[in-house]
Amino acid sequence: MRLFINGEAAEAPDGTAVTELLKLRRVSQPDMVTVELNGEILERKTFDTKVLKEGDRVEFLYFMGGGSR
Amino acid sequence: MSLTESQIERYSRHIILPEVGGKGQEKLLAGKVLLVGAGGLGCPAGLYLAAAGVGTIGLMDRDVVDLSNLQRQVAHHTPDVGKPKVESAADKFRAINPDVTVRTYRERLAAANAPAILRDYDFVIDGTDNFASKFLVADACHFAGKPYCHAGILRFDGQLMTVIPGKTACYRCVFNAPPPAGAVPSCSQAGVLGVVAGVLGTLQAAEALKFLLGKGELLTDKLLVYDGLKANFRKISLKRNVNCPLCSESPTITELRDEAPAVCACARGERC
Repeated sequence: MRLFINGEAAEAPDGTAVTELLKLRRVSQPDMVTVELNGEILERKTFDTKVLKEGDRVEFLYFMGGGSR
Repeated sequence: MSLTESQIERYSRHIILPEVGGKGQEKLLAGKVLLVGAGGLGCPAGLYLAAAGVGTIGLMDRDVVDLSNLQRQVAHHTPDVGKPKVESAADKFRAINPDVTVRTYRERLAAANAPAILRDYDFVIDGTDNFASKFLVADACHFAGKPYCHAGILRFDGQLMTVIPGKTACYRCVFNAPPPAGAVPSCSQAGVLGVVAGVLGTLQAAEALKFLLGKGELLTDKLLVYDGLKANFRKISLKRNVNCPLCSESPTITELRDEAPAVCACARGERC
């Protein structure tokens, strides 16, 4: 199926859940990313069960802490 | 307040803009902006706010200037190494523009001091360098009802969002709680291209100026993501989160508290 990940078209196998997508996209530390699906922020506890559908728009929003030191 | 002849000349490139004009410049001179952090983000933000004639700039930082800061913290110069950052930066802000009153706070923002300090300001710029502080700025601005602009930088990337408390998506709507200790590297561990701090800090100053002027559209309900390697900016639309622990109808955070500072992996005996 075709997804849009961070604004770019990408392919993923049918039935992929968010946790699997994070692995496919080589996000090595899922703790450091918030996932937005079709404009809604997903609760982390749903990552394992939330199965993606054709045309879904997924955004990975990364924690970014720097600024001072 | 009316502008003097010297002010009319100093701010002439502002005053000629229909969106600013003499009235707008007077708003900037009456404006009060607090910079939390006088580092990579706070330096460029503060230099531009001072140049723009923002009348009162609060500057909060506990650290002293280190040689490794100078690659990106552009208000600190080589002879400033060892000086408190707030003094070093305040000197530069005053030198750019004597119209500006700079108030310095050589302390870290905390639940105990935040309400009294924030009360006095119109807009807050988050230039902090760690998640405990970033979440504290978010919470403190929420409880004080102060609009603020978040920025984060790492390696070649940056992100920015402006929050109007109670009206637009907040930092916790997106980033529920600080990440587990050690999950996210800091700039001192992972590095940052100095100019990325300048790009994001300058955008924070632009948000503060637009807010004071009441012009344009603030970067609310959006996360701006900057990829310096690709020279790419993306705006990601955000909505207020019905499960937000801070700004939803049933919040779990109901008073300002300090977040436990994240312990770096190396402090736990692991390699960073």
